[in-house]
Amino acid sequence: MKDTIIKILGQFPQNNRGSLIPLLQKVQNLEGYISSDAIHAISTHLRVSRSTIYGVSSFYSQFRFNPPGRNSIKICLGTACHVQGGDFLLNALSLEIGIKPGETTEDKRFDLERVACLGCCALAPVMMINNNIHSRMSVIKLREILNRYA
Amino acid sequence: MEQTKVIVGLGSCGIAAGAKKVYNKIKALKETKDLGFELKKTSCIGMCYREPLVEVVDDSGSYLYGDIDEEKAIEIIEKHINQHDPVREYIIHSDMFETEDDEYLKDQVKIVLRNCGYIDPENIEEYEARNGYRAIKKIAGQRISRMDIIQIILSSGIRGRGGGGFPTGLKWKFAYDSKADDKYIICNADEGDPGAFMDRSVLEGDPHSVLEGMIIGAYAIEANGGVIYCRAEYPLAIKRLTIAIEQARAKGYLGKNILGIDGFNFDIYIKEGAGAFVCGEETALIASVEGERGMPRKRPPFPASSGLWKKPTNINNVETFANIPWIIMNGAEAYAKYGTEKSKGTKVFALAGKIKRSGLVEVPMGISIRDVIFKLGGGIRGNKKFKAVQMGGPSGGCIPEYLADTIVDYDSVNATGAIMGSGGMVVMDEDTCMVDIAKFFLDFTQKESCGKCTFCRIGTKRMLEILTRITEGKGEMSDIEKLEELAYEIKDNSLCGLGQTAPNPVLTTIKYFRDEYEAHIRDKKCPAKVCKSLLTYEVDPEKCTGCTVCARNCPADAIDGEKKEVHFIRQEDCIKCGMCYTKCKFDAIKLS
Ligand SMILES: Cc1cc2nc3c(=O)[nH]c(=O)nc-3n(C[C@H](O)[C@H](O)[C@H](O)COP(=O)(O)O)c2cc1C
Ligand code: FES
Repeated sequence: MKDTIIKILGQFPQNNRGSLIPLLQKVQNLEGYISSDAIHAISTHLRVSRSTIYGVSSFYSQFRFNPPGRNSIKICLGTACHVQGGDFLLNALSLEIGIKPGETTEDKRFDLERVACLGCCALAPVMMINNNIHSRMSVIKLREILNRYA
Repeated sequence: MEQTKVIVGLGSCGIAAGAKKVYNKIKALKETKDLGFELKKTSCIGMCYREPLVEVVDDSGSYLYGDIDEEKAIEIIEKHINQHDPVREYIIHSDMFETEDDEYLKDQVKIVLRNCGYIDPENIEEYEARNGYRAIKKIAGQRISRMDIIQIILSSGIRGRGGGGFPTGLKWKFAYDSKADDKYIICNADEGDPGAFMDRSVLEGDPHSVLEGMIIGAYAIEANGGVIYCRAEYPLAIKRLTIAIEQARAKGYLGKNILGIDGFNFDIYIKEGAGAFVCGEETALIASVEGERGMPRKRPPFPASSGLWKKPTNINNVETFANIPWIIMNGAEAYAKYGTEKSKGTKVFALAGKIKRSGLVEVPMGISIRDVIFKLGGGIRGNKKFKAVQMGGPSGGCIPEYLADTIVDYDSVNATGAIMGSGGMVVMDEDTCMVDIAKFFLDFTQKESCGKCTFCRIGTKRMLEILTRITEGKGEMSDIEKLEELAYEIKDNSLCGLGQTAPNPVLTTIKYFRDEYEAHIRDKKCPAKVCKSLLTYEVDPEKCTGCTVCARNCPADAIDGEKKEVHFIRQEDCIKCGMCYTKCKFDAIKLS
């Protein structure tokens, strides 16, 4: 088992059902995704069955089960972004990097996800790359912004 | 003489607009030139449409600069700080003279947002300096009894700001009446309505006001555990909350025997949401905190008697809690002075969409929607026609222009078929297709339905299929009746608020914009030119430069044309995907 996972498990009390989601979040934060190894380890640590862990983690859109790209793009398709052309932006972005939401580019440079509102609706449409919010987006600004992320 | 202050707004929206660069520029200038002013940070003051914002406070008064970039910042430091000559051109608000943007602020009453944009949210002393933690000290000092606190909250008339509008005092009383060794108080910071950001701004701008509200609540209902359930999409809010909690612990506002009140032990933990809209619903939220799938549970039992870990639990929204310290300090009457008979106090609205001034406003209940949009919000951008405003997000509805004189209070908004919701107002103009909006929300609720109830799970899917059909020009007139029939079945037979309200966006758009549905079905036309399948794409010969981008990107190979010559779309092959429109850099693809 990976050292990081052992370390994370050490920070959470054993057999404590309530810490399942925080634990999964921590693993994803450090590893980028939830591997089947991680699920196995969590299952033993918390004494919760693997199927339960899959059940819980697949319920929440935050968790992913495959490795992410080096840069994570979250494109907002909330109401404010939708009425201001969020769909067009997603289309253009998909074309530009050649993947659809839920996928990762072959060179692992980007992964793409759609989210429902980043709370910057006043500056719609917006997208977030690695915790940086890019506001008042347009198809024209897209390429220049992507170039900043290698 | 007080030292001149330069304050930069560093909320999420400010940062997104470039405020960090501005801050760093000013900091570098101050350090390299050894300038004698104090550089401070604050959060969002609500004027998101003018971000980044920089305020200068000197002997003569305060000056708020808007739309600032690094160059303008240099100019402000040079002229205003060094030569005491404010740069009038960039000033959007000042106590020295009137500006156009005053309209945005004039009718606002700031109770919830009393500190947002005025204090550094990462500094507890700045909160304390503005009456912060005085309400809980007043309770401790004057030994105000639990029942008296609950009575004050009841008399203030405040109703829950999370959408339901349930009287907060009553909720506290139920939780107080349930006796148990452990009780919990939860702050709902899941802010699920996509298009609303009031709670984010409060958490980022004034986290201590929420903590103090929770502490007062905990004292009143005798809770010993506190949880803030905050959505993961708000990393800055989580960071500032974490700092605030640590500071409050260090100062003894959280912990054991708080403020010397014997036996009053209370602490707060943050739980990060994991991306599920339904977790905003209180019983689903509790399930999620317990580490389960976020599925709603049947009520009763209500959380007040059996909630988190089966203990009595009180859940309130961020904005509800932020009101509490103010009410304790100023009294129930001062609060109830604002508002209408059944909706007291103020409400924060998040203005977004096709509105000129988008951002946060706090207004007394009872003001008309028209005033919010036109007086404060400055009307519609680009001189377009106002069509509707969406309130209440996926549970709400679209209020048409002709009902814009409706006042904002729970009952009046409900009467239109929309709901007050948490305070998102997304403004729509003539270019917004109402059938598309209905489809947008159904797509959202269909994806977010937890799957527990058949009507919600399958019903929303069927409705979405019908709406998709209509927007593709394949609808039939009977589809409108089918939608209505399904809508009422889903409303009547769903367990939680998600399903019970999911059809509202469809019902209100059918009610107020039936002609748009009919245009899609009968004439196969989308009057607002939004629904892709119903549009014809053509090349504008005046604008086309023959760059070949459209032809190269067309997945159907439906575009002909030589390099440097005007291109042509073969209508019989066009699949109306909109790719050429998205790709063209010369605005040469016309929609009709
Ligand atoms: C589907 C659904 C989503 C909800 N989302 C939220 C939310 O994001 N934030 C919130 O405060 N309340 C939300 N609520 C309302 C909560 O269930 C609850 O009524 C509220 O948090 C109580 O706080 P209040 O009385 O202060 O309003 C939601 C309700 C439903 C049915
Ligand atoms: S709708 Fe996109 S940030 Fe809120």
